[in-house]
Amino acid sequence: MVARVQLPASCRAGEIITVRLVIQHPMETGFRYDVRGNRVEKNVISQLTCRYNEVEIFRAEMGSGIAANPFLQFHTIARQSGDLVFEWVDDRGVRGEERARLLVTEA
Amino acid sequence: MTGKHIARRSLLKWLSGLFCLSAFPLRAQPADTLSARVDELTGGQTVTTGRVVVDTPRLADNGHSVPMRLSVDSPMTAQDHVRSITLLSPRNPRALMARFYLGASAGRAEIVTRVRLNGTQTVLAIAEMSDGTFWSGTAEVEVTESACLDAG
Repeated sequence: MVARVQLPASCRAGEIITVRLVIQHPMETGFRYDVRGNRVEKNVISQLTCRYNEVEIFRAEMGSGIAANPFLQFHTIARQSGDLVFEWVDDRGVRGEERARLLVTEA
Repeated sequence: MTGKHIARRSLLKWLSGLFCLSAFPLRAQPADTLSARVDELTGGQTVTTGRVVVDTPRLADNGHSVPMRLSVDSPMTAQDHVRSITLLSPRNPRALMARFYLGASAGRAEIVTRVRLNGTQTVLAIAEMSDGTFWSGTAEVEVTESACLDAG
């Protein structure tokens, strides 16, 4: 699974930063049929977490109501330079991971 | 001549309606099932209207992907912050669209995502605060092309 994370190039400690994430995933609803008329099994990214320096800062439980190639934007307070680690799993049990380095300069 | 055309049009309308219905047999939920969902979520606690803003285009051309911004009026301090935001749909085959957990570390209680909408509806967002209270906000979205046309 391909994913892309967008963070500010650099930020100051204490600043509220915007985190954006896009994951390439069909987010199959389970209500669709393929060309042969077989139901396409539901397969969505049901769990997603984001850890910043090993502390969970965001978690999402998603269903078929989230569009394909899920996009998420949220905020966090920059403390110190470190990795933002995104981990997710879909209904088929396929896991994905993406990390991004956050550069924090002193306030 | 005109009458024939109108008849054909209404037949087409009827057929397209049937097509849409058959895509979700008996799955479309009656309007009041959301209250049961809300009770399940809150454990029967009262949900106050306000503090939650659902920002989305009034008219969505395409129900497959509708941008949606959920924001909650909260200072986001350790004492007073948003614990979770839950997004519910009265018309989608699955009412629970997503649930987002955040904390004081977020700094700002705002989440942006893209959702699927099965037709025109009023989407409901419920925020759970750190003090255990629940607040809600709604947004009416008119959907021209339902995400349900995808099925079939």
